[in-house]
Amino acid sequence: MGLTGLAIFKLLPKTNCGECGVPTCMAFAMNLASGKATLSDCPHVSDAAKEALESATAPPIKLVKAGSGDNVLEMGDEQVLFRHDKTFYHPTGIFIEVADTDDVAGKVAEIDALKFERVGQTYVVDGVAIKGSAADSFKKAVEAAAAKTNKVLLLMCEDPAAMEAAAAVVADRKPILYAANADNYEKMVEIAKKINAPLVVKGKNLEDLAGLVEKVAGLGYKELILDSGERETSKVLADLTQIRRQAIKKRFRPFGYPAIAFTTEEDPYLEALQAQVYVSKFASVVVMKNTDLASLLTLFSWRSNIYTDPQKPIAVQPGVYAIGAVTPDSPVYITTNFSLTYYTVATEVEATRLPSYLIAFDTDGLSVMTAWAGGKFIGETIGPWLKDSDINQKVNHKKLIIPGGVAAIKGKIEELSGWEVIVGPREASGIGSFAKLRLGA
Amino acid sequence: MPVDILKEKYTGKVQEVVLGATKEEGGTRAYTVKLGGSSTLPFLQFEGEIPNRPVIAYEMWDIKPDWPDCFEEVYGDVWNDPVAWAKKIEELGADVIYLKLKGADPELDNSKTPDECAKVVKAILENTGAPLMVEGPGNPEKDNDVLQAVGEAAAGENIALGVAEKDNYRSIAAACMMGKHCIVGRSPVDINILKQLNIMLTEMGVSPEKIINDPLTGGLGYGIEYSYSIMERARWGALIGDKMMAFPVVCLAGPEAWRAKEAFAPVEEAGPGWGEQKPRGIMWEAMTAAALLQAGGDLVLMRHPEAAKLVKKHLEGLMVSNAY
Repeated sequence: MGLTGLAIFKLLPKTNCGECGVPTCMAFAMNLASGKATLSDCPHVSDAAKEALESATAPPIKLVKAGSGDNVLEMGDEQVLFRHDKTFYHPTGIFIEVADTDDVAGKVAEIDALKFERVGQTYVVDGVAIKGSAADSFKKAVEAAAAKTNKVLLLMCEDPAAMEAAAAVVADRKPILYAANADNYEKMVEIAKKINAPLVVKGKNLEDLAGLVEKVAGLGYKELILDSGERETSKVLADLTQIRRQAIKKRFRPFGYPAIAFTTEEDPYLEALQAQVYVSKFASVVVMKNTDLASLLTLFSWRSNIYTDPQKPIAVQPGVYAIGAVTPDSPVYITTNFSLTYYTVATEVEATRLPSYLIAFDTDGLSVMTAWAGGKFIGETIGPWLKDSDINQKVNHKKLIIPGGVAAIKGKIEELSGWEVIVGPREASGIGSFAKLRLGA
Repeated sequence: MPVDILKEKYTGKVQEVVLGATKEEGGTRAYTVKLGGSSTLPFLQFEGEIPNRPVIAYEMWDIKPDWPDCFEEVYGDVWNDPVAWAKKIEELGADVIYLKLKGADPELDNSKTPDECAKVVKAILENTGAPLMVEGPGNPEKDNDVLQAVGEAAAGENIALGVAEKDNYRSIAAACMMGKHCIVGRSPVDINILKQLNIMLTEMGVSPEKIINDPLTGGLGYGIEYSYSIMERARWGALIGDKMMAFPVVCLAGPEAWRAKEAFAPVEEAGPGWGEQKPRGIMWEAMTAAALLQAGGDLVLMRHPEAAKLVKKHLEGLMVSNAY
């Protein structure tokens, strides 16, 4: 990573002692460059070389963690600018801001309870940001919030004394501290270090930010998150792009940390669209103010989409699933094991309130039409499988409901399995009326 | 500490396509719109030009559409009358009117003839000033007949006709060239087919400033990320000089978003946490559009006026220059 084998070789002892497992330092350097060896395999490397090599082979963006227990948010450690170049790894944390002058306990309880479910996924808010106005009220607000939620906390106050008192209340929760600026950074670093909490470094612009990060890193603290201070949508987009690009393409160290963004739109719908920009383009944390259901549902759905790994289709375990309190009379549906397809169908089958079996047929995670076109969801594969499947012991009938889009495979399945095939609706959304008309649901 | 702003040096840009023709240009449109023209990634004006704001088109049909019930209160008063509907979406703020001639679908009873379709298009042109895009019913043979008639009836207006696909583009391309219209070429979320189709269209003689691409949109929650990545790759291709990936892109946000249960299900059929249908449907569409704009959409097709208004407002913020 970053350095060539030759550049690494120059920093090695060049003794060819072989203790690392390969005969020469040059061979070891090549292995290091390609990620096949780690520096600790060399017992003789000097401390100076170690530091130089570690910073050169470190990931371009540091992995920073906040929170504790079951509520740990991982930020950073991203490797690309476009998801199609590899994938985006750590989904943007969505935080909701509460002011210490608000009804903190009530609001935090409300935020904590927000929960959205769709296509087999559950979405929840990742954290709560507490904005402090005065030392006393800030500490009380943090106490109240901590009592109402186990989610990650983000403490917002640029007065070090107030921050110190509030951070002490949640010292074991690894909250995110916001923020170190040019005036307070020494004190803020001290507070963050004490509880090992990630610290946001807030600049006035990119240059100011880079300078400040250098100063903070100079104090030996590297659990950092970046805020360029910009708040206008298009300019935040530009700054987030610069931060990500410089970290990845130039390995510009001051920007090698996750970044945070704040929404400014007051209308909850426009706010969600604004947050979408930062989720799409490179923010590790977005702090919002509204808790509108439609806004959050759509934003979380988008986050789930863009953080889907483009390298692999997402599949559910193939097999026979029972939906509801099934009996031997329950109908049997079949679809593919592409998770989006499976959960869309499962949701609709569940909504019919008629307990049913749903077969997730192994198509290597392809959707119905793609799998059919690729010869993975056809009579020749489904028929023999169905004939021997344990579904034969679970129901007292032999009727299989197939997706309407692949009506053509009906004959072959019947021929090879001995089951009767009923052609269902083309779209999952038609299952409700299909079940009503054909199955008496 | 000084930070050298990292700017990419691009050699290409997105083709600019003009839609509509004013009186001076041989048509009757009150104005024209320009699609594309960007020489940078979406909304990154610090390293290139974005001469044209992405365009917002409103969808309408020539017959009463089979849209979810919630559209009754929005368009119920006009959806039996295409001219009234077109005027209404123009008043609502559409940059472009997008007409789907579903009434010509041969599967329907009383399927409209090509002549009847042409009359609808003529009537809309006579009563509105916005540039027009026309999509056929979605049956290859009928599309060819209908779009040819429409192309003739709208000669000089520089409308867009669609959709041309790899296996059915010749007749539509001919109709476009004959009437000097733009063509919408669609590929099934596949960047290679997108490029191949563009090559076939240009080889047939369609001028590059008349080609628009529809890379096929996946709705939010249902495959949108595939479209997003295809669009990002196409934009990158355009910027590094591949002219066959450089045509402006339309995103069918409205039609795709409203296929999702999350958009249309009334609250009693909704999933856990979903809330009321109306804001949910509007946001499902708006979020679909906004996300695709980040991938390089040059035109978003919208269905619900409230969603369209949100996206337009959202675009204002994105179009503010971020030059350093």
